Amino acid sequence: MSKQEQHWEKSRGLLFMTLAIWFVFSIGIFLFGAEMNEVTGPFGYPLTYWFTCQGSLGAFVILIFWFANRQEKIDEEFGFSERGDD
Amino acid sequence: MKGNFIDNLPKVYGIYTGGFLAFIIIMSIAEQMGMTAKTIGICFVAFTVAIYAIIGYLSRTAQADAYYVAGRQVPTVFNGMATAADWMSGASFVAMAGGIYFKGYGYMALLVGWTGGYVLVASLLAPYLRKFGCYTVPDFIGTRYGGNLSRFMAVVVLTVASFTYVTAQINATGTIASVALDIPFQYAVYVGLVSILLCSMLGGMRGVTWTQVAQYIVLIIAYLLPVFWISNKMGAGFFPHFMLADEVSRIAELEAQFGFVKNSAENLKEVPKGLAGITKAHSAVNATPWAFISLALAMMMGTASLPHVMMRYFTTPSVKAARKSVGWSLFFIFLLYSSAPMLATLSKLSLIDPTLPTGIIGKSITEVQAIDWYQNWNQANLMFVSDFNGNGTLELNEFFMGGKAVVLATPEIAGLPYVISGLVAAGGMAAAMSTADGLILAIANAISHDVYYKIIDPKAETAKRLVVARVLLVVIGFAGATIAALEIQGILGSVIWAFDFAMSGLFFPLVLGVWWKRANKEGAVAGMFLGLVSGAAYLVWVRTGGSGFLGITQLTFGIFGSAVSLVAMVVVSLMTSAPNAATQKMVDEVRIPSGKSILGKQH
Repeated sequence: MSKQEQHWEKSRGLLFMTLAIWFVFSIGIFLFGAEMNEVTGPFGYPLTYWFTCQGSLGAFVILIFWFANRQEKIDEEFGFSERGDD
Repeated sequence: MKGNFIDNLPKVYGIYTGGFLAFIIIMSIAEQMGMTAKTIGICFVAFTVAIYAIIGYLSRTAQADAYYVAGRQVPTVFNGMATAADWMSGASFVAMAGGIYFKGYGYMALLVGWTGGYVLVASLLAPYLRKFGCYTVPDFIGTRYGGNLSRFMAVVVLTVASFTYVTAQINATGTIASVALDIPFQYAVYVGLVSILLCSMLGGMRGVTWTQVAQYIVLIIAYLLPVFWISNKMGAGFFPHFMLADEVSRIAELEAQFGFVKNSAENLKEVPKGLAGITKAHSAVNATPWAFISLALAMMMGTASLPHVMMRYFTTPSVKAARKSVGWSLFFIFLLYSSAPMLATLSKLSLIDPTLPTGIIGKSITEVQAIDWYQNWNQANLMFVSDFNGNGTLELNEFFMGGKAVVLATPEIAGLPYVISGLVAAGGMAAAMSTADGLILAIANAISHDVYYKIIDPKAETAKRLVVARVLLVVIGFAGATIAALEIQGILGSVIWAFDFAMSGLFFPLVLGVWWKRANKEGAVAGMFLGLVSGAAYLVWVRTGGSGFLGITQLTFGIFGSAVSLVAMVVVSLMTSAPNAATQKMVDEVRIPSGKSILGKQH
């Protein structure tokens, strides 16, 4: 397998992992919205309510930075990272 | 302002922020000295718009890559701020807290949808489109799939989605300008339009970028300052985001105590149009999982298809900067979105809790009608009370408010000085202007670059191309303003439709263009055309009394449109021949960050 194919394989793996985490916070937990709301979440808010105001939103921010760092590592590993800027 | 301007950015915007804070202080001193509320409002709007116009003028350019992609040198964090301003529209600023106030959980699907979409932008699209080196979104479609038809279809989808969106934004600038400057709405719309064009005409994307950063700073101060101030003044908590749990449970307690009494249709006829009462639980789950998830999903896929967002990531210096920049964008959006539910909570509690001095439920109707702020907002057609059951006291079901009032009136109800209301007007104006600018530019650039330059006259000189781009900017702006002046539909409804249109036509052609090598021209054209047409047909069907299916409503019709688009694209692609070797190689190139972009620096 060429270097490029390996790079793409790893990138695709990272994509699926990112989308899986995204799915949990954007869709998965809201399948159980009513049940989860009975539980007290962070700072004392009802749990589902907290996810819609802060939890999921914050998780997305962290997820994107995590994804960007992992992808950069993959690019460096195969020598595909850009030089001379940023 | 040239040369090392980029290196000086933190300093420039630091001074700007300091200057703006000083302006707020000067205004509050002026208020103490007796300046009228009206003058303060005019000062706030005029001062901020003048600053944006100056930035727009200083950013003027005669170069294609500066005009279309700001010279591809916008640093990560600043591009994040510009995207956040581009993204957060007048609707986010003025209407979102109101939506949460009235509809609670079911509405908060929009919060999740409008943030979660950025994960798709960062992982599926933005870095690859940045590597491609395109000027516009149809530029990517046209080059990846080849042929004028695919390029043209992309322009059509882009224009339909963005134009639906932009009329709402011009409408919002007009509303704010008409209130702050005290002129009729029909004229205020054009005042708003001229302000918008001042930012983008001379400098194109470069002008819009630097004004959007300035607008973000104004809008975030204007949103957060009142939220923190009100929370502290009510004694609800020093840092509202972490400390409102008691207030949220107190609202639930009051809801149980008052109950949601249903008003008769006859009584509701008395209520002025556009006002609503509290009929849904604040923090309890009040929507089915599918209703919540389908709306969130539609907004997420729409986010990843809207061209005015995507083109902001064409302006970063590198592919990895584009990825990081998406993270910063969402961070800056998060600051406002996570505050909206807090504002809704504070606003609702201060009005309905009888034990608070501002609470009006349980007071006598005549007492409420005598309150100053009630009279002001009643006159502005944003508040209404009526004694339906004739017992002389105000019940929860007898109090009505407009969605905008949550942001606009809460500072006054909580007893904050008028200077805050002026600040909020400036913030709303900044939010609506920045989004309108991004959208008008997206449409004008697509038509000038993709239709005029790439299809009609590929030999046109740069100077001529930029003249065409600017003429189109003005024409599209005026067309948008003219439709906005007709006031056909509400602000929020048309914003949501724009997302559905964009995802119907563009989501899968964009994503599969990067992630599926086998996708070809015929498939993409079929996907864009059938996606847009079937989405639009579904909307018309539901609007004209159709029952819909699978719980897809007029707010989520993009789910149907994009599903049709996906099927059409896959089936047609597989039925026709695979893309040629050059195209396959191009896709391989797009997938690695290093090396030259596919399209040259000047194209």
